[in-house]
Amino acid sequence: MTSEKIVSSEPAPPSKEKTRKNSTFTRVFRYSLVRLFSMMITVAIGVYLTILIANMGGYVDTIMRNEIKDNITQGILANPAFRSLSTEAKANLIQTKIETEINRRGLNQPFAIRSVRYLKNALTLNLGRAIYMKSDQGSKEVRLILLERLPATLLFTGTSSLMVFFASVYIALSLSRKYGSFWDKIIIAFSPTSAAPPWFYGIFLILIFAAIFKVLPFGGLVDSPSPRNPLDYGLSVLKHLILPISSVVMSFIFLSIYNWRTFFLIYSSEDYVEMAKAKGLSARDVERRYILRPTLPTIITNFALLVITLWTGFTITETVFLWPGLGITLFRAIGFYDTPVIVGSTIIYAYLLAITVFLLDFVYALVDPRVKVGSGGGGSQ
Amino acid sequence: MSALKKSFRELLRYPSAILGMAIILFLLGVSVYALATIPYSEAIRLWRGGEEVWYQNPKYAPPAWFNYFSNKKKPVSFAVRTTDGSMTKTTTPSSDPNISTVDITYAFDYAYDDVPQELMIYFTSQYEEKFTFASVSWITPDGRTIRIADMAVEHTQNFRFSQDQKLQKRLKTDHVMQALFVDPESSTQKPLKGQYQLVISGTAFEKDASIDAEFVLHGELFGAAGTDKYRRDLLLPLLYGTPIALAFGLLAALGTSLLTMVIAATGTWYGGWLDELIQRVTEVNLVLPFLAILIMVGTFYSRSIWLMLGVTILLSIFSGSIKTYRSIFMQSKESSYIEAARAYGASSSRIIFSYLIPRMVPLLIPALVSSIPSFVFLEASLAVLGLGDPVLPTWGKVINDAFYDGALYQGRYYWVLEPAILLMITGFGFALLGFALDRIFNPRLRDI
Repeated sequence: MTSEKIVSSEPAPPSKEKTRKNSTFTRVFRYSLVRLFSMMITVAIGVYLTILIANMGGYVDTIMRNEIKDNITQGILANPAFRSLSTEAKANLIQTKIETEINRRGLNQPFAIRSVRYLKNALTLNLGRAIYMKSDQGSKEVRLILLERLPATLLFTGTSSLMVFFASVYIALSLSRKYGSFWDKIIIAFSPTSAAPPWFYGIFLILIFAAIFKVLPFGGLVDSPSPRNPLDYGLSVLKHLILPISSVVMSFIFLSIYNWRTFFLIYSSEDYVEMAKAKGLSARDVERRYILRPTLPTIITNFALLVITLWTGFTITETVFLWPGLGITLFRAIGFYDTPVIVGSTIIYAYLLAITVFLLDFVYALVDPRVKVGSGGGGSQ
Repeated sequence: MSALKKSFRELLRYPSAILGMAIILFLLGVSVYALATIPYSEAIRLWRGGEEVWYQNPKYAPPAWFNYFSNKKKPVSFAVRTTDGSMTKTTTPSSDPNISTVDITYAFDYAYDDVPQELMIYFTSQYEEKFTFASVSWITPDGRTIRIADMAVEHTQNFRFSQDQKLQKRLKTDHVMQALFVDPESSTQKPLKGQYQLVISGTAFEKDASIDAEFVLHGELFGAAGTDKYRRDLLLPLLYGTPIALAFGLLAALGTSLLTMVIAATGTWYGGWLDELIQRVTEVNLVLPFLAILIMVGTFYSRSIWLMLGVTILLSIFSGSIKTYRSIFMQSKESSYIEAARAYGASSSRIIFSYLIPRMVPLLIPALVSSIPSFVFLEASLAVLGLGDPVLPTWGKVINDAFYDGALYQGRYYWVLEPAILLMITGFGFALLGFALDRIFNPRLRDI
């Protein structure tokens, strides 16, 4: 959801006292360990829910059964070795083969048991085999199909979220200094444009820069055929990244700046900031030590929320730009009705979200004085 | 009530809010118009209809108003018929009671710089045994009369001008449209401008026999919104998509924010394990990939928009805002008016619904309005992924069709842009209003 507001936590006043290095380390370590553990449980529950949804009412089982039936029947009818058999013998053979296959895949066990097995498989990324789709190497392993796509998605998500984040925080800081100025008003006026998701701006960008002016590619990762020289390859990827990243930036930047600006404005009217100003500290120092530092935990949490929003929203953006990442794989899987891939990518997405949350929690622990000093509850808000 | 009035008056001080409200009112007007003129089932029938419904329209025709922006005027399609009086029909009985003549004429101004793609006549005729007879002729602006065809008309009969071999032979060309519209004396290939006339003179040989005709011109442009690959008039999904988009956005936003608030209030009020559970569920929900799960539900169960709406609400309830609400409820839980309510013995549900939640309405309203666009776009996003409602005409569906057909690559921009601009206007309208509301209701923002 693009309209995610900046969640404000109580800013901890800047801590002046130095604590001993050693205990800080143990505290952060213990905190991270606890977070990691609870995150693992959260992921397990999330993945189990995904499996439940995917198999609600045994729908996936039915698909699997039908598929087994179809494959075996087709295989036997088409096999010349069985042609001499009588119709009855063939039917028997098909029946026994189907039953063995169902047993082998464990489809005759009750769902509760199967779901636990599915969960174990899912958590160990043993995602099964795709029905139609293949990885570029020709493997049908869902894990390989998806992991092969991960770098492209990481490149896209990583660059665009970092760009949006740093640009908006930086611009917001300078705007909060010149509150009420022309640019400030422009940003406020443009912030409703963030109602539209990136793919939407993507359509317009493709239309303008690819279809009409023909200066940038319609989509894809590199030129085809891909350049041999690594430098040319990199440049080609960069060229293909321009439009997708611009679409993400266009969609998020204004609202993001607006929210940060409001946030900084609120915190720059805190008493300790006034006090620092009264002491005659330079604007830079005030900003760095009295506005940014105490709000850092909040800033990080909101960065996590931004990344999470981007992760899930990228399916369509990737599809529109034909960016060969996870999203477009999911899109193709919908088209092929390739259930293992659909379930698999949902699980991979759940993992990615959890890793994001954990990493940011870890950074959070490093910067939040409440965790370091050991006072207060801590934990992501 | 007076508080509402006051905030409304305050709202009018923001030009952006007025613009937002104007847009929303306009969209509501379009929705009412669409729902009033096209019933739900009729909209589905038309949208799902194939050639038999849309045969009158050309394929891939941009909207007619393209002509305003271009020097070269392209022909605009039209269809006229005798059954609704758009084409005049006069029946004259003759001395023989069994024989009557039917004259159908249609005169039209043609001021375009291109010849049309095709002309067609669809005859319908009522008789018992004897075919009715029709002869068709064509009068050009410079007064030439071209005989098109003479034929016996069956119960239903179609006549396509450029595919009729007899006509091709008579005109000595394969390009019938050029022969009918271009002056043979002139060297240019431009059609003659002026009034053309189609004359059908029919003869019925039975007492109650009759003949009706529909004359269709396939130009290059069509109607107010153009047509797609399947000859469908895009005005239908554009009009009908409005109530669907609004309904989806409003219901999702309303359902999500109300339920979130009730759950946050209940959790905070009772505290203990319930509160803890809600917190944990929120954390799990954070790692659930929202769109991927919607996709899964859409692929495995049903693509019905109403199911999608339900799942969307379910997945959005336990979002980050539950934490924001929780922290505010935590504060108001301790306030003295709650203490007073407790003292007089108010029940928990009374405290939650009558005291805790109403205080949050000022926070709820802006959040609700601002979240509508994201849900409207969500519906479109799902449609773009091919998970749109299979039967309903929606904006996202149009974008999806256009994308699948490579509209951007082939320069059929209108097909993508029309629904996209409507989406943008909708999103913009709600976002503008939401921003203004946020400023009015959120005292922290008021001075900023």
